[in-house]
Amino acid sequence: MLLQQLVNGVTLGAVYTLLALSFSIVMGILGILNLAIAELFMIGGYLGFAVITAHLSLPVAVAAGMAGAAAISAVIEKIGYEPLRDAPLVTPMLSTLGFSIILQNIATNMWGSDPLQLPDEFLGGRIALGPVSIGELQLIVIGVTIVLVAVMAYIVQRTSMGRALRAVAENRDVARLLGVSGSRITLTAFMMSGALAGAAGVLIAIHYAAITPYVGVEIGLKAIAVMVIGGTSRIWGALLAGPLIGIAEVLTVAYGGSQIRDFVVYGFMIAILLFRPQGLLGGSGADQGQRV
Amino acid sequence: MSTYTASLLADVGILTLGALSVYVILATGQLSLGNAGFMAIGAYLASYLTVVAGVPLTSALVIAALCSGIIGVMIGFPALRLKGIFLAMATLGFGEMIRSLFLNLEITGGAGGFHGMAHVSVTYVWIWVGLILVLVWLMESSRAWLEMRAVADDETAANLIGLNTTMTKIGAFGMSAAVAAVSGGLFAHHHVYIEPGNFGFERSIDFVLAVILGGSTIGAGSLVGAALLVLLPEQLRALDDWRPAAFGALLIIVLLIRRQGILDRSLLRRFTFRKQAA
Repeated sequence: MLLQQLVNGVTLGAVYTLLALSFSIVMGILGILNLAIAELFMIGGYLGFAVITAHLSLPVAVAAGMAGAAAISAVIEKIGYEPLRDAPLVTPMLSTLGFSIILQNIATNMWGSDPLQLPDEFLGGRIALGPVSIGELQLIVIGVTIVLVAVMAYIVQRTSMGRALRAVAENRDVARLLGVSGSRITLTAFMMSGALAGAAGVLIAIHYAAITPYVGVEIGLKAIAVMVIGGTSRIWGALLAGPLIGIAEVLTVAYGGSQIRDFVVYGFMIAILLFRPQGLLGGSGADQGQRV
Repeated sequence: MSTYTASLLADVGILTLGALSVYVILATGQLSLGNAGFMAIGAYLASYLTVVAGVPLTSALVIAALCSGIIGVMIGFPALRLKGIFLAMATLGFGEMIRSLFLNLEITGGAGGFHGMAHVSVTYVWIWVGLILVLVWLMESSRAWLEMRAVADDETAANLIGLNTTMTKIGAFGMSAAVAAVSGGLFAHHHVYIEPGNFGFERSIDFVLAVILGGSTIGAGSLVGAALLVLLPEQLRALDDWRPAAFGALLIIVLLIRRQGILDRSLLRRFTFRKQAA
């Protein structure tokens, strides 16, 4: 039973990891909280859902979710972030909130406010491993997450685009002096972040076999907690924090009641902020944040 | 005045107080995304006092404001080690924790909510709003306010010239918590029913939106922002299902063309000048 819960926790945690990475890319490079990510995640989920129910293959669904969310993210960057780049940090955060209101409204009007269920025929079988049974879809969720994280790691660490991203994160002005195009990198960061959020959305739709327009608010806010727990200055903290929170959440629901779930997650986040603001994996002397 | 208008006006008043609670913290350069948590504390405490303990409403509101203010100060001590977006995220977590706490607290009804409060009139709500607006206005011309602005502009410099920046920030945090609690108490007694869902992240965001839209450099901006936030969706009724989207678009447009908010000091001066001329 405990092992089974762990497996479920890791699956949920995989989605948290992707979403926390999505928040973390924008936060780490630009220092702003992009609140629209939660709704990009939801839209990605609906896009993937539509592709799956149209009997197309799963990779197509993930790709569609990623492409759709990345495209919307690019629009958000052009309209909602770029013109407000030199404003206090609250201002671009609220303009991304404007977009998240619009996206949620679009989803409610297009697909209704009731949850959409994935028909049984798509659910796939379960594989028994001793006492634990893993759904095929659960394996897919974890597998896709591993692949995407590996691709991300490669892009950020090994390519020239990744080097430019890290340079802008370190110091935007110096990076520009050295010939890195600040605005192009910002757009790239938003699109990568959007793509990850979209993929996470498709995966959550598969994991729950259902999707609602409110999944963004429910899961998205918690991904912020996951990002903080992993450490905002180290993108890879999310790899540890995602499964950790996923497991903690599943275990509290199983043994303590679903009501105290959020209390545990946010309590953990505040404890981390107070006692280890650099996050679980962060180095020393983390950035203490700018004034708003 | 029809019940409908009265109810809208009361909502404007309640939101104005919530917005002012964010404004006070913002004046020290810090952002709170969790003031709905203090609002929840005020709402539940004031309701519990009037319904179960039989305390008159005005005293209940004062007690709720004091308790919430003390909680604010207690939380302020550790939380204010954090700055900027990190403090914002910590307050977000605080707000969600409080909501989750009331969801589990059986003496206040848990998820089922709490009721039994006597309904208060819109006039009573606005007496409180007026009082607190005057209080903020008086504060804005005080020395303490200058110190708060100094902390907002450059905390290190403020520290160097001998200001106690920690006390300034904690004081602002406590006052913010007290004002949010009054807003919550009035909300509870106007709507006569509260549930933890009333005090979620969206509520905290509404407060911030009202301040930023109305004008974050002047207290009266909160009033303008709150009025806009409550009344505008009513005006957009013709758009039917697409009201939220239109509102979101409008929000982005206002931020793009007037990022200091609708009301600022120069605009206010122009208005008062015109009035004097006429």
